[in-house]
Amino acid sequence: MSRVFSRPEKWPIYRRQIVKEIDSIGISSLGIVALMSVFMGAVIALQTASNIDGPLIPAYTVGFTTRQSIILEFSPTIIALILAGKVGSNIASEIGTMRVTEQIDALDIMGVNSAAYLIQPKVLAGIFIFPFLITISMFLGVFGGWFISVVSGILSSNEYIYGIQFAFRPFDVVYALIKSVFFGYVITTVSAYHGYYSRGSALEVGRSSTDAVVYSSVVILILNYVLTQLLLI
Amino acid sequence: MIEVKNLHKSFGDTEVLKGIDFRFGQGMVNMIIGQSGSGKSVLAKWIVGLHKPTKGEVLFDGLSFVPLPIAEKREVRKNIGMLFQAGALFDSMTVEENVKFPLRMFTKSSEKEMTKRVNECLERVNLKGTNRLYPAETSGGMQKRIAIARAISMQPKYLFCDEPNSGLDPQTSIVIDNMIRELTYDMNITTIVITHDMNSVIEIGDHILFIHKGEKWWSGDKQEILRTPNKELNEFVYASKFMQTLKDKLAG
Repeated sequence: MSRVFSRPEKWPIYRRQIVKEIDSIGISSLGIVALMSVFMGAVIALQTASNIDGPLIPAYTVGFTTRQSIILEFSPTIIALILAGKVGSNIASEIGTMRVTEQIDALDIMGVNSAAYLIQPKVLAGIFIFPFLITISMFLGVFGGWFISVVSGILSSNEYIYGIQFAFRPFDVVYALIKSVFFGYVITTVSAYHGYYSRGSALEVGRSSTDAVVYSSVVILILNYVLTQLLLI
Repeated sequence: MIEVKNLHKSFGDTEVLKGIDFRFGQGMVNMIIGQSGSGKSVLAKWIVGLHKPTKGEVLFDGLSFVPLPIAEKREVRKNIGMLFQAGALFDSMTVEENVKFPLRMFTKSSEKEMTKRVNECLERVNLKGTNRLYPAETSGGMQKRIAIARAISMQPKYLFCDEPNSGLDPQTSIVIDNMIRELTYDMNITTIVITHDMNSVIEIGDHILFIHKGEKWWSGDKQEILRTPNKELNEFVYASKFMQTLKDKLAG
C-alpha cells in the first residue's frame, strides 16, 4: 500500500492518467448506471404502489418510499455492486494481463514504481468519480419512479413530487455520498490488488478478474453495514 | 561491468541457483546459456532485482545492488535496458509512445527533443516511420526491435535480452543478433543475453556462461565452446544436426 501511495515520479504523467481513468471508470459507466437507476426507481414505485391499498396511507407514500430506497440503499450500494462487476473486472484483467505479459516487469526494470503508476490513478479516479455517478443515479432513480407513476396513472405528478419532498433529510444524501467514496476506494484497490498479483497464464487473469468482483462485492456489503451502523444509528 | 557473487535462489524447497560467481564484461555480448529450467532466466531476473534473493551479491560497476533501498534500486535500474522474451510493449500505446515512455518519465526534455530521440532510436533499429502503429499492428520481429528501441532510448549502461530470438524466423533472428552486437560495441555497454539458441551464441557471443542444474558449469568464449571436452556442454551444444555437421567439419 505504501508503494501505491508513494510520491509520483512525475506528477503531470499521473495527472493525465487520472483523467484517463476518470473516463474509463466513470464516463464509460454512465450508460449502465443510467439504465439501472431508471428501472430501479420505476420498479420501486410500482412495488410500493401495489402494496399500499389502505385508505389511510396517502398516495404520496410512493414518492417518499422511492426516494428513501433510492438515496439510502439502491443508488449507493446496488450501483456499487454493479460497478464492482464492470469496473472491478476491467481493472483486474487490465493489470493482470500486464503482469502475465511482463509489462509490469518492464516498468519495474525502467525504474518506474509500477504499483503507484498503475494503481494510484485508478484509486484517485474512483474516489473522485463515484460520488458523481451515484448522484446521477439518485436523480435518475427518482425520475424513473416519477415517470412510471405518471405514465401508469398510479398517482399524479404533484403527489409524487410532494412525496419526494416529504420529510427530506439532506444528511441522507451525505450518507450516500460518503458510502460511494468508500465503495469507489474498495472496488479500485481490491481489483487492482488481484490484477497486480496475477501469476501465470490468461486462465489466471480470468480467475483474478472473478476474484476481484467477488471480494469487492463482499467488502462492499460488509462496509455498507458498518457505515450504516456508524452514520445512521 | 556486472559481477555476481555466490548467487543462491530457492523457490520453496527447490534450489534453482546454487552459488554462481561470474563477471559480465563491459563492451561485450555476454551470453547465459543452458537447457530450459536450468535457471538462466531466474539468474537474469535475480540480477535486475525482479526476484528476491535467497543469498548472494550483485555489483553494478562496483555498486552492491541487493542491499539498496527500493528508491536507490530504481535509480540503478534507469541505467538498465531490457528486452523481454515477448517484447513486453505497452499495448495501449503507439510505437512512438512506447519508446518515448522512459524519456517522458525520467527526463526533462521537451516534446520536440523526445520525438527526435524516438526517431533516432527507431532509425537505429530500422523502423523509421512506424511511430503511429500500435504493437498489435506489428510483426513479432518488429516488436522485438521496438522493444530494443525502447531499451536504448535512455542510453543504458546495461542491456539484458531474454531469449531475443524466440518465435522468430532464422533471418530475423540474425537481424536481431546483429543489432544487439552493434549496440553493445557502439555504446560500449554491458550486454547479457539469455538464450538456448546456439546460432546466436556462435554469431555474437563474446563471453559465455553455461548453467547446468542451477550451477555455473562452464564459461569461456565461442571458440572454446566448440572444442570443449565438458560432457554436459557438449550434449547441449551439439544437440542439433546443424551443430553436429559443424562439429564434423571442425574435426575434419
